[in-house]
Amino acid sequence: MDLKWIALVPLFPLLGSVINLFLGRRLSKGVVGTLACAAVLASFAVSVGAFFSLNAMAPEHRQVVVHLFDWIDAGSFHVPFAFLVDPLSVLMILVVTGVGFLIHVYSTSYMEHDEGYARYFTYLNLFTFSMLVLVLGSSFLTLFVGWEGVGLCSYLLIGFWYEKKSASDAGKKAFVVNRIGDFGFALGMMLIFWTFGSLNFTEVFSGASRFAAGEPVMTTICLLLFVGACGKSAQLPLYVWLPDAMEGPTPVSALIHAATMVTAGVYMVARCHVLYMLSPTAMGVVAVVGGVTALFAATIGLVQNDIKRVLAYSTVSQLGYMFLALGVGAFSAGIFHVMTHAFFKALLFLGSGSVIHALSGEQDIRKMGALKGPLGRTYFTFLFGTLALAGIFPFAGFFSKDEILWNVYNTNRVLWVVGVAGAFCTAFYMFRLVFLTFFGESRLTSEAKHHLHESPPRMLVPLFVLAILSVVGGWIGLPLMPGGNPLTHWLDPVFGPEAAVGGEGAGHGLEIGLMALSLGVALFGIMVAWLFYRKTPKLPVALGASMKGAYNMLLNKYYVDEIYGAAIVRPFFSLSGMLWTFFDVKVVDGVVNAVGRFVRGAGSAARGLQSGYVGGYALAMVLGLVVVISYYFIK
Amino acid sequence: MGLLSILVWLPLAGALALLAWPRSNEGGMKLFALGVSLANFALSVVLFRQFVPTEAGMQLVENYPWIASIGASYHLGVDGISLFLILLTTLLSALAILSSWTSIHKKMKEYLISLLLLETGMLGVFVSLDLVLFYFFWEAMLVPMYLLIGIWGGERRLYAAVKFFLYTMAGSVLMLIAILVMYFTHQRETGKYTTDLLQLYGTHFSASTEMWLFAAFFVAFAIKVPLFPFHTWLPDAHVEAPTAGSVILAGVLLKMGTYGLLRFSLPLFPNATQTFTPLVIALSVIGIIYGAMVALVQPDIKKLVAYSSVSHLGFVVLGLFALNLQGVEGSILQMLNHGVSTGALFLLVGMIYERRHTRLIADFGGLWKVVPVFSVLFMVVMFSSIGLPLTNGFVGEFLILVGAFKDHPLATVLASTGVILGAVYMLWMYQRVVFGKLENPENQGLKDVNTREKWVLAPLIVLILWMGVYPKPFLARMEPSVQKLLTEVRSRQAVTALGLHAASPEVKR
Repeated sequence: MDLKWIALVPLFPLLGSVINLFLGRRLSKGVVGTLACAAVLASFAVSVGAFFSLNAMAPEHRQVVVHLFDWIDAGSFHVPFAFLVDPLSVLMILVVTGVGFLIHVYSTSYMEHDEGYARYFTYLNLFTFSMLVLVLGSSFLTLFVGWEGVGLCSYLLIGFWYEKKSASDAGKKAFVVNRIGDFGFALGMMLIFWTFGSLNFTEVFSGASRFAAGEPVMTTICLLLFVGACGKSAQLPLYVWLPDAMEGPTPVSALIHAATMVTAGVYMVARCHVLYMLSPTAMGVVAVVGGVTALFAATIGLVQNDIKRVLAYSTVSQLGYMFLALGVGAFSAGIFHVMTHAFFKALLFLGSGSVIHALSGEQDIRKMGALKGPLGRTYFTFLFGTLALAGIFPFAGFFSKDEILWNVYNTNRVLWVVGVAGAFCTAFYMFRLVFLTFFGESRLTSEAKHHLHESPPRMLVPLFVLAILSVVGGWIGLPLMPGGNPLTHWLDPVFGPEAAVGGEGAGHGLEIGLMALSLGVALFGIMVAWLFYRKTPKLPVALGASMKGAYNMLLNKYYVDEIYGAAIVRPFFSLSGMLWTFFDVKVVDGVVNAVGRFVRGAGSAARGLQSGYVGGYALAMVLGLVVVISYYFIK
Repeated sequence: MGLLSILVWLPLAGALALLAWPRSNEGGMKLFALGVSLANFALSVVLFRQFVPTEAGMQLVENYPWIASIGASYHLGVDGISLFLILLTTLLSALAILSSWTSIHKKMKEYLISLLLLETGMLGVFVSLDLVLFYFFWEAMLVPMYLLIGIWGGERRLYAAVKFFLYTMAGSVLMLIAILVMYFTHQRETGKYTTDLLQLYGTHFSASTEMWLFAAFFVAFAIKVPLFPFHTWLPDAHVEAPTAGSVILAGVLLKMGTYGLLRFSLPLFPNATQTFTPLVIALSVIGIIYGAMVALVQPDIKKLVAYSSVSHLGFVVLGLFALNLQGVEGSILQMLNHGVSTGALFLLVGMIYERRHTRLIADFGGLWKVVPVFSVLFMVVMFSSIGLPLTNGFVGEFLILVGAFKDHPLATVLASTGVILGAVYMLWMYQRVVFGKLENPENQGLKDVNTREKWVLAPLIVLILWMGVYPKPFLARMEPSVQKLLTEVRSRQAVTALGLHAASPEVKR
């Protein structure tokens, strides 16, 4: 396949979106859904083609820029609309279109009874388009198109049920918090432009070799870009939008807020690894923010009662792991986790969707229980996802998480301890979720009980596929392989040989030992969860009561939203109000009106000249002027 | 007569023809006025086709002696800076007339005449290359606008109209004095009386004179822009003006200020520009943030959009005083963007006002349910105003910020917060108007946009996407002229700097 066809990858979903926008309300649901799915499937097919074409090339040539058209030209500022095809972007488009397609299929059933069916698929296809532009863009600015585009779609999809205030609030919050991140990203781009004279990846990254490590401008650039990553990938302190994003339909949470969009920040930092490698400070910040977020969000996840919120905090936490990997220079490990996480987190969200669907909308795990029987298939796949997320051998998450922890261990022991602690929490809260949802006694409301049913095939098949991927997806990154694993090998042309950071030198024995240790920690987490929620269910209640302060702290998510509200949002609104009612109305207009009164006072002396009808003499003035001009003009 | 003259005077001819029109035939008058404005738009497209993109100087020039006794000439011309403002003016004028089809209930004839006179005035301002001619159009334009607000406006229309008039007159008087000073200085220097702008470009002023002249012009233009703290006429004027008035006011009239800064202040007073740059940039940044914050708390949609204009125009001024290609091209593009997007916003608000006779955000909510097409269009326009990539707003805003960042990074950081705030006030307004449950029974039976209204909005939506996806045709035509202007400004700054060096020993002696 000629790589210039890569433009079709984002184009198909864009077309799907446009068609459904204009005709969706007139087409049948079957046509709308099929069209949307077909668009993404076609993109996936082209992506596979691109993969094989790239694979057939010599590794050092696997970097092709496909120019589409000139976008913005102003003096030396020259940004074409072009796509960059390389191992990293191809891996990303495979994940986005592959997982995206499954979620589209799932959605055709999940959203079947929604009156906004066509609108939903318009947004979903538009999202796919934006995400593909994001990962394919060959410059910071093209990336930014997708970057803000996914923000837009996120806004639209979170607020999809627009009549619900909480939903439209959450959509707005997502957009605004993302914008705060984009503010940093945009400033980063400006500094890049004036530093390198270009915003194209190839020119910027090759220009970076002129700089020595640790130069302040590099650190500033990297930190500004990282502000953007924190917004998009929900890291401290900008993660607050993501848990609220669960207001959207569940497949949206699966696609956008787990599998794809939120990984954009990780992708971007990995893409800019050349710059980050030049700034140890920025790398340190990335690692610390990632590590702290990983543990912070995991602790909140311990006590949440909404099935989707547990998963949401788990997403924040897992994204933290990815940044932790990037921060210690293990870029391909970070991308590996992006991929496996896409599989198992999409699976978990879709599984939770299947549960919610079966219970006609119930999301509170305190009102679930004993669903293993009636929702056997959902349970089975959900368990796969859970094992993968908890990092149990041989599920996908085990390999990617372990590669991260191994790299962290070789760089910073404190962060490693933080990461392992997070892994314990992860295993615990996920099995708490499984036990409360699928085991024990049924706590269903009678209405839910009545409605209870396993999901239809169009929802189950995507679950099965993702369940398989949640196992085998990890095997392309098997550890301890001589010469690196296939994934690292594939990404080598992008990131370069990674041995420098750690990995190879430290001996296989230690690596195996650490693997066993983290597996043990995860199993311990599962055991504690079993003890708490299967063996002695009174224990967590007693514990919660005895440690009320800590428990409330976690249940209320460290009061972060409340703090932001009291410290930033409300003062800002009252200040704005004051500026208006005081400064604008009293001060400026006060002066203006005083001048007006003065003029009127002076004018009353000459009242004889005034007819009182301003319009009259204004018109006379114009006509007079017209006559004067015409006179000179004709003469 | 050349093309530019036809373009300028055709609306006036239309207005004169309307004078003779039988008052009873309202439909005919509307069609005629629309026809005239459409014809003028078509003419401006012809102008666009004739324009040579690679040329930096004035094109399609018409230069005749006019008032020979004072050296004033009838000098018209167009370059890459004014070209698109002309197109914007003719387009918005036609849309303004089309948008008023059913919303004007009194004095239709005078209303149409005012709109056409206004068009002549605005076009005149953009093509005049003679200060007397410019000043004439500048003042002439004021009157129909004053009438539009004062006669067809809302409840407090008289207060708003007088405030608009006084504010602008105050600026105009200062500008007139400055023009006279320039006129006589030039005569003293060259022995020749002239008001020709291109000839005056070369005039040398003493440092202090230049400061005063700059200040006088600046105040006149800053009021028009409006730049903080000269902005308080704008919310009142917008709220009271009829929809078409607001569209023209926001879409074109405000650009007179920024256009004036670019065409007059920078090249006429390059040294004073340099001196005043920090102050002007400070005012624009304050305006960006202040306008956005005050927009946030507005209960009236129209007032919110008005304050958002203060914020957006702050960006434009910031870009101009960045004094580099990116900044200035971004600014010109942003002038067009603001005309398109804010024009569309006012049209949308007008449509909803015509149906409900209220513009208070609190009276709405849940409109998506009843007017989905309106809501989608509203959303597209909103995101263009927020500056989402692939809409027009992004290209302009980003170029401005890139340009400004080079020499004024701190100001740019502060200005960039305006991008966040823009999202906050717009999304919050949109949420309260369009999302939520439809609770107010009066909104129950709202009709969605009709065919005429779709036609009013369609060109603007197309432009929003076109300028966002493929701004090249726009930027490419601006660049030579902007480059020329900047080179001139810089070279004269350099010359004066050298001159001062040479002169300083003499002063000491």
